[in-house]
Amino acid sequence: MSQTRFIPDHGLTARMTATMFVLGGLFVGLIAVLIAVLPSGWALIIGVIGLGIAWWQWWNSDTVALKAMRAKVVSPQEAPELHAMIDRLCALAGMPKPVVAIAYTDLPNAFATGRSPSRAAVCVTTGILDKLTAEELEGVLAHELSHVAHRDVLVMTVAASAGIIAGMLARGAQYGGMFGGFGRRDRDSGGLPIWLVILLVSLVTYAISFFATRLLSRYRELSADRSGAFLTGKPHALANALVKITGETAAIPQKDLRAVSPMNAFFIAPAVAGINLKTLTSTHPSLEQRLQQLSEVAAELGRPMDGGFAPPQA
Amino acid sequence: MGFLDAILGRSRRAISNIDALFALPNAGITLQTALSFQMTGKGSVCYRAADGPAFTQTVQDVVELLDNDDDPDVEITQDEYGFTWLTAQQDDLSSLVTDLHAVNTALEAQGFADGLLCSLVTFKDISGRPLGLVYLYKKGTFYPFAPTGPRQRDNLLELQVRDVLKNDLRIEPQLSSWMAVWGAPGF
Repeated sequence: MSQTRFIPDHGLTARMTATMFVLGGLFVGLIAVLIAVLPSGWALIIGVIGLGIAWWQWWNSDTVALKAMRAKVVSPQEAPELHAMIDRLCALAGMPKPVVAIAYTDLPNAFATGRSPSRAAVCVTTGILDKLTAEELEGVLAHELSHVAHRDVLVMTVAASAGIIAGMLARGAQYGGMFGGFGRRDRDSGGLPIWLVILLVSLVTYAISFFATRLLSRYRELSADRSGAFLTGKPHALANALVKITGETAAIPQKDLRAVSPMNAFFIAPAVAGINLKTLTSTHPSLEQRLQQLSEVAAELGRPMDGGFAPPQA
Repeated sequence: MGFLDAILGRSRRAISNIDALFALPNAGITLQTALSFQMTGKGSVCYRAADGPAFTQTVQDVVELLDNDDDPDVEITQDEYGFTWLTAQQDDLSSLVTDLHAVNTALEAQGFADGLLCSLVTFKDISGRPLGLVYLYKKGTFYPFAPTGPRQRDNLLELQVRDVLKNDLRIEPQLSSWMAVWGAPGF
């Protein structure tokens, strides 16, 4: 097969894999601790419930996300240009076409969701339709379609499952402490009551999971930027769009944006900027980092042909 | 895209089979005998122009190659979606397909396979009804496209053509992938 200009970023892949291993290990470790300190059977039940919640979130991701954004699914007759653009991008990427929706908000943003590429939805806000040129919008859509192709909703949900269980346990352990539940203190837990051990373990797990999922989310964003830019062949268009969107988003007061914060993870640009620990806790990489990567893509696309450029005509 | 690629957020390029284009001349004969569709002589390749000088140079080279004979020159047009259509003109379908194949191969060889969207050959029947056969580069399949107005297509004719050509070409089985190519050259 002929060579392609798409050069995989092995460093990014390696860092991403390492993060996923940490999250997987965290899940296994948490269950192992539960098996060790809890009466038999409990750990299994808690694990199954946690995974069940994660599964439910993933399975219903498209309908829930569209509802949360009050987005309206539009037909090709209602939004012909948007549909035609997505049609072409999907043909270019060789992937099935997702459901197309529009959310009526001035916040310039776009997100993709859904349980699999064949059951996915791409949503853009009216704000982004107003702000961006056709070429920039296409770059954004290519980024979102990359999320769909990479099954990012599934990956992020699985990654979050250790955190979900830890959160559940921490709450359960608080009640346990209050009412003397998990009440058997005869087990060897270093003298501490079992609920306290569980509370500490789940808090630590939750903290690690929190930072690791955010880190993973940033890697997935970089990945989607990269694939999206290669798909359209126009890294500059996506770069322009990012500059426009993040600029706009930052300029809008924080207060109005709180209502949309649960949706942040799947937005192209985060709506709420973290102020403290910003780089560690944000779901998206910094604009500088994203632009840096896009400029690398541009360099790769522009690299000389095999055999070099023809000498200038005399 | 495999499971591992999805998990690692990689993109795998679709494996192209551009030689499938050479089945078009036979399909043309079938169209002629079964539905009286004649080729218009125009065929085009639709692609996404990439940023940078390497792409421009590649296109210039292939245009030079195709124009280096007596037949009508290659035309390059831009559509409203930012895609470029490179249109070749020939009197017989085999030479036309060879030209389209050359364009696809040249872009592929320089690493721009990602930007290739589709190739199109246009036909007309005696009453002037237009029909296009579109080759989807990323899927390696064909589908018919019959525009009747600015934003209208003749789905009945398209399905009819699908049935007529099912032995000659690999027809795209998913109807939702039968993308409309409004304003494509040659209609």
